[in-house]
Amino acid sequence: MMLASGSAPHWRTRDTVASMMRQVIYALLPAIVLYSIFFGIGIIINCLIATAVAVGTEIVALLLRRRPVELFIKDNSAIVTAILLAFCLPSLTPWWVTATGSFFAIAVAKHLYGGLGYNVFNPAMVGYVVLLVSFPEEMSHWTAPNVGDIDYQAPTALMTLQYVLTGALPDGMTIDAITRATPLNSIKMELGLMRTIDEIRSNPSFGEFGGRGWEMINGVIALGGFWLLYRGIIRWHTPVAMIGTLLALAFLASILDSSIHPGPFFHLFSGGTLLCAFFIATDPVSGATTDTGKLIFGAGVGALTFIFRTWGVFPDGVSFSVLLMNMAAPLIDRYTRPRVYGRIPPGH
Amino acid sequence: MSEPARYNPQPPRPAWGIRPPSKKNISTDLPILTAPIPKQVVIPIQQCLGLPARPIVTPGQQVRAGEPIAVSGATGAGPKLHASISGGIHAIEERPVPGPQPTTETCVVIHGDGQDLPYNGYRGVGDPMQLEPDRLCALVAEAGIVGLGGALYSTADKLSTPHKIKALILNGAECEPYITCDEMLELEHADKVLRGARIMMRALNTSLAIIAVERDMAEDRVALNDAIEAAGDRNIHVAVVTAKYPAGGERQLIQMIMNQEVPEGGYPSDLGYVCHNVATAAAVADFFDSGRPLISRIVTLAGGGVEMTRNVEARIGTEMRELIQSTVGYSNELAQLVMGGPMMGFLLPDHTLPVTKATNCLICANPGELSPPRPEMPCIRCSQCSQVCPALILPQELLTAAARHDMGALVDLGLNACIECGCCDYVCPSHIPMTSRFIEAKRALGENQRETQNAERARKRFEKRQERLNRQNSERGQELQEQVDELAESPEQVIDAIMDRVKSKAGK
Repeated sequence: MMLASGSAPHWRTRDTVASMMRQVIYALLPAIVLYSIFFGIGIIINCLIATAVAVGTEIVALLLRRRPVELFIKDNSAIVTAILLAFCLPSLTPWWVTATGSFFAIAVAKHLYGGLGYNVFNPAMVGYVVLLVSFPEEMSHWTAPNVGDIDYQAPTALMTLQYVLTGALPDGMTIDAITRATPLNSIKMELGLMRTIDEIRSNPSFGEFGGRGWEMINGVIALGGFWLLYRGIIRWHTPVAMIGTLLALAFLASILDSSIHPGPFFHLFSGGTLLCAFFIATDPVSGATTDTGKLIFGAGVGALTFIFRTWGVFPDGVSFSVLLMNMAAPLIDRYTRPRVYGRIPPGH
Repeated sequence: MSEPARYNPQPPRPAWGIRPPSKKNISTDLPILTAPIPKQVVIPIQQCLGLPARPIVTPGQQVRAGEPIAVSGATGAGPKLHASISGGIHAIEERPVPGPQPTTETCVVIHGDGQDLPYNGYRGVGDPMQLEPDRLCALVAEAGIVGLGGALYSTADKLSTPHKIKALILNGAECEPYITCDEMLELEHADKVLRGARIMMRALNTSLAIIAVERDMAEDRVALNDAIEAAGDRNIHVAVVTAKYPAGGERQLIQMIMNQEVPEGGYPSDLGYVCHNVATAAAVADFFDSGRPLISRIVTLAGGGVEMTRNVEARIGTEMRELIQSTVGYSNELAQLVMGGPMMGFLLPDHTLPVTKATNCLICANPGELSPPRPEMPCIRCSQCSQVCPALILPQELLTAAARHDMGALVDLGLNACIECGCCDYVCPSHIPMTSRFIEAKRALGENQRETQNAERARKRFEKRQERLNRQNSERGQELQEQVDELAESPEQVIDAIMDRVKSKAGK
């Protein structure tokens, strides 16, 4: 009689990389729905295109690398990357732009570095930054919620689909009529026109905290983040440090001169702050792995985001902040190792 | 007298560790059952860590239950091994034995005579509370007592530490799922545990003993406290630790109860503590109470594959299958058999292996009761492992250091602090067999360090030799130089001296 063999422990968690990634997708779904309610179905189309290209690219990359395709496709990580990328894109993004970013994220940022677990940079952010610098025009076609702006007309679902698939609008329709600057962008542009924050924010497209619509979407993103915290999929360190640092710097700046700094809550509920805090900076592979390291990493992302938003060329700065901190992550981990049991710290 | 050791009777919940399903309740419903005396026992002679043993009996010889059959250690002063039943020595031969890897070992096979005649050689060894510590230690080795928590370390060796001992810590915090042999022992024989504790305290010359139990062992706590109160003992205390795995690890217990960490590379005795399992203490008490050496132990028989889950007292060397069939019974065909717990135990290839002093638990697992093997994925550095690691190391970093065989990084990251508890494996969503990797890395590191030491020794030897040769050369050179100098100073005299020497040689 020969019984089954194997090494201890004989009990293991049922959790898998796939189930963790699935939870991340679930946590993003409510925000996607809300986003499409405010800004049209563009985000859903973008998610589908990005996912299709990401999964397709992943299959080809795995085949080329002679890795088990089924095992790695089922880990859902390519889908998470695709959705995070799609979340950063304007609703009106031509399909080839989305496809380029998704391809770049998976092929270059992920598989050229060794695939799942080995990517130095967050693939979604690499893809996004590539698009931001390659297609600056296409990356500015943001729609707006229908609130109080009589000149603005939101694109219909059909119009969105046509633009995404062909890059052209129906006859007589101009892109300027159906797009508006994002709240972060308006602030950047209008500050350049020497207007004060109060004047800029008196525009009806601004809500209590950030832009109308944007603030609610960000709130729902934060709820998704709390779900991930509750499920133990992310740790509190990165989001708390990132949000805390950003709020602290924005608060200080608004005390110094509130006419040119929009204040902490605007920063919190605008752009990619909360998406980054809970879903992007928390990427375990490209972030810091020690608890202290996560605090430093998060604080770095928060500080850089404030700096890029305030003095940078682009309206938002989370993507660059994350990529810069990705570079620093191995060093941060190296110097924030916890004290091993029974080891006397040097100097004692 | 130095200040008495301060301890924490109810340490707070540690941040490390995991809470696997305990599976303990069912096995504590019924009292400990004494298994029937087997007709045959197969006793592996190697049952003490690090001390090679040799048999002292020959086939055909008649032995009684409790009679020594093997001695261990270079001088034979290590823990002895005893016949667990009375009868004739049938054979001394290589047989498969339970272990992390399937292996064989010299075993003494005894065919029982069915009478279970006791050996009387240990009757009247004396009142342990009157004996000197040295004598106590020698008798503990004579009784064949080793760490019954599963480590099989010589109890006598641990009792005869040269360090000043502040406290004896008795480990009754069984943190592995399923296992309840210590829990049942504390419940049914609390007084015996205390008697053993007092003998150990005398051997260690310490006046404090702390019995550690887990929070979910409430009845044990009551039983032990009642026994302590009944005896009016002020030197033995009970500490309650969180029911979290691996709270029963020796180093973790000291950290929680004593608020101290065993230094890296050191032992608890460096801090003045000695840890023993409660079952070991009970075995010591048994020996001095009745002259009965360690020939049986309590084994938890559990898992979905047995009719009932229960603790049984089994003679060492009983075949596992016979033990299960004669006590709890199989409920269906055996799928997997684990000796020990699901976290640190090992899967046995076969149920015909003998029960040893390390067999604290046998889990007859149904299909699906243990986790199925899952494909290993790359590490995504999710840090679940470092959140649960009781050694406070970063398993995710250690893993990459092990993969690139970076010995320096392995040491820096604290590989040697790893207690192989398996928590990192338990939580890993990528299902990486980390503990196995770390055990393998420890082996490689040990080999590497030995190689480095050998190389160092060879280098020193070479340098010494080189130095010696250089010295000899320079001495010879100096001699020649002196002669040359002499020649230059007074050539006639030197030439005359040489001529004289030549003549005197020729004259002979």
